[in-house]
Amino acid sequence: MKLERFYGILIPILSIILGIAVGAIVMIAGGYDAGEGFYQLYYGIFGEPYSIGETLRATAPLIFAGLAVAFAFRTGLFNIGVEGQVLVGWMVAVWIGISFDLPTAIHLPLALIGAGLAGALWAAVPGVLKAVFHVHEVITSIMMNYIALYLTNDILRRYIGITNERTETVKESASLASTFLSELTDFSRLHNGIFVAVLAAAVFWFILWKTTLGYELRAVGFNKSAAEYAGMSVKRNIVLSFVISGVFAGLAGAMEGLGTFQNMTLNASFTGVGFDGIAVALLGANNPIGVVLAALLFAGLNIGGLSMQQVGIPPELIKIIIAFIIIFVASGYAIRLVIDRFTTKKDMAKTSKGAGK
Amino acid sequence: MEYVIEMLNIRKEFGNFVANDNITLQLRKGEIHALLGENGAGKSTLMNVLFGLYQPEAGEIRVRGEKVEITSPTVANDLGIGMVHQHFMLVQNFTVTENIILGAEPKSGLQIDRAAAREKVRQISEQYGLAVDPDAKIEDISVGMQQRVEILKTLYRGADILIFDEPSAVLTPQEIQELIQIMNRLISEGKSIILITHKLKEIKTVAHRCTTIRRGKYIGTVDIDETMTENRLAEMMVGREVNFDAEYSKANPQESVLDVKNLVVKDSRGVEAVRGLDLNVRAGEIVGIAGIDGNGQTELIEAITGLRKPYSGEVYLNNKPITNLKPRKVTESGIGHIPQDRHKHGLVLDYSIGHNMVLQTYYKKPFSKGGIMNYNAVAEKAKKLIEKFDVRTPSVDTFARALSGGNQQKAIIAREVDRSPDLLVAAQPTRGLDVGAIEFIHQQLIEEREKGRAVLLISFELEEILHVSDRIAVLYEGKIVAYRDPKETNELELGFLMAGGKKEGADQV
Repeated sequence: MKLERFYGILIPILSIILGIAVGAIVMIAGGYDAGEGFYQLYYGIFGEPYSIGETLRATAPLIFAGLAVAFAFRTGLFNIGVEGQVLVGWMVAVWIGISFDLPTAIHLPLALIGAGLAGALWAAVPGVLKAVFHVHEVITSIMMNYIALYLTNDILRRYIGITNERTETVKESASLASTFLSELTDFSRLHNGIFVAVLAAAVFWFILWKTTLGYELRAVGFNKSAAEYAGMSVKRNIVLSFVISGVFAGLAGAMEGLGTFQNMTLNASFTGVGFDGIAVALLGANNPIGVVLAALLFAGLNIGGLSMQQVGIPPELIKIIIAFIIIFVASGYAIRLVIDRFTTKKDMAKTSKGAGK
Repeated sequence: MEYVIEMLNIRKEFGNFVANDNITLQLRKGEIHALLGENGAGKSTLMNVLFGLYQPEAGEIRVRGEKVEITSPTVANDLGIGMVHQHFMLVQNFTVTENIILGAEPKSGLQIDRAAAREKVRQISEQYGLAVDPDAKIEDISVGMQQRVEILKTLYRGADILIFDEPSAVLTPQEIQELIQIMNRLISEGKSIILITHKLKEIKTVAHRCTTIRRGKYIGTVDIDETMTENRLAEMMVGREVNFDAEYSKANPQESVLDVKNLVVKDSRGVEAVRGLDLNVRAGEIVGIAGIDGNGQTELIEAITGLRKPYSGEVYLNNKPITNLKPRKVTESGIGHIPQDRHKHGLVLDYSIGHNMVLQTYYKKPFSKGGIMNYNAVAEKAKKLIEKFDVRTPSVDTFARALSGGNQQKAIIAREVDRSPDLLVAAQPTRGLDVGAIEFIHQQLIEEREKGRAVLLISFELEEILHVSDRIAVLYEGKIVAYRDPKETNELELGFLMAGGKKEGADQV
């Protein structure tokens, strides 16, 4: 059990180091100064209060998206539809944010709850299809992404109102913006959402490891047959897992709608937040603390990558590094094999070959 | 005397745990050598050392007199060592031939030379009397046949030392007889066999010598001849006298607890597996269901316990209908269930043993209050059960996966019996367990009976049925075809009835 935990931490860390090493090789191969590139990356994350603020700002939605994927995964489900759930959550948050005049104490929570419910509803569709008709959730949740993309655009145009490709700004009473945080970080877009996100990670932990529902959800995730034998409703748990996952995803949308942008733009393509969530959950080993740390790393790389442009290094390099980190984490099994090989006491001693015949 | 394998003073540690402590095993050419030990005694570890999956900390291995280092299964294969695994490693939708050549395909150019492969498979099958159809798909052949494919696989790869890992655990009595014939044929063709088992009867029937290990330690190697009794073997294995013929007190059956009336249950393919079955079990008796695997046992259990909806008919518990209740309601109405497949249904292997102890009661007080789990209460409960039922586990936090089969089963029984169910359904409760654990589990069933509970025992082992039951119901093609008093019947008669034989009508007891 201890060994498992050791690997659980070692593999992500090794993967990050290896991913960055590959990044260095690519930079050198491309004729760029890798040392300068990494200095810029570092500076772009930690160099100024502004960049730290932006990194934290980008972290919040990634935490939510990562938690969404991880939660479903803990119940043995793949929620690939986080992206779509982010979009509907974002839209509903903005819609509530611009349509009502209420005191902050009511308006902001209402907008957040609305976003969560919208995400939950969107996620419930693949959940129900899986539970009742045994349709594979990966297919349906991917399809729901496309429906969300075009439906939100249509609703924005038709009902919410668009000028210059975007909606109105949300009312101050529904905004997550914080003058204090913004001024502290040299006028970055950092908002209060980061606190909500960290709180959500705690809620994630509490539901799975402290509640009776969590006991059921994890049991269903590990062994559906045994869960059924124990009298748990596997169908109900599948739907519930998707719904809770959808709440996290919807709130990721609220981070953008009520925090970063304060509005919603028409989307020609996906935001990518939902898909990054898969990577975050994977790197974070579906563990709430892991997800928070992984979200920080990915946000840092994305924000820091922008500075690399200043020395002529294309920001796509960051995508390469992230991609390789994911490849290394996913091939964690292979890494384990290598480690096991080196730690076996005596090994590789030559055998008398062909003694058989 | 010529030895083909010598494992001398092998020691294997896992952290602080010594799985093999100074174990020696010497296999003579052309013999069947049994490796006997309880679950968790270290048999599998020793064989994994031989097969190159583990490296020993001390000791040496000699193959045909030459000292070798077996660093991987590939090396073991090259040395002519083949393993017939307990859990088959076959691709279900491949043919027999395709499975056998997988990883060692004969090629002609870039293509697989199927004709040559097929011919070679056929030839080996004939040589050893395996009677395997090279073109059959794995999913279409019986478990016994699949095992033969595994044997063929090792032979195809040129093995002349075969390790059989508990080969009879998955077989019917008929198939076991056939396996014994195959093993004898193999040694007559010059092969040598190590047979991992804890079935004493098999050792008596087939083995020439037997090496026993207990809790990782070497106990001894003995010749299996007329003077060697099963009792002595059992003693060597568990380290104390084992009472095989414990005479249990007589049953005193009371009112009916379970009544099954004209039950029809369809299997997953929609075929009627239980066809108008009637059965009753009374308080204070153990009813054993004897039958060959696949005659509706699984479907009957699932229908009684609510895991499968019956097509028609009724099930009553204490005269109340439970026919279409969900599993939870069935459990709550007073049924305990020791499931046939403890890994699939009985346990959540990735949950701790503590978590597993409350699998059906987790939502009740004191384990859950207002939707919040009280894991302290869970641990407390688990500790009590572990102690009472002698479940050997390092702690309540140990994963169920890490426990030996016998201890996993004890944990399930502890959990089921502790709920004081009116009816205990025990499906193959001793499958794959050693004599010590079997004895314990039989005692638990008897104890339940003595407490005035009804016990329904389903087993493919006639010995077990005859030994424990107060009444035997013979199941054939989804119906109870006869009742017998265990005192007045024998394996022969039961075997005859189980195969659909008719004799003096189906009299009721």
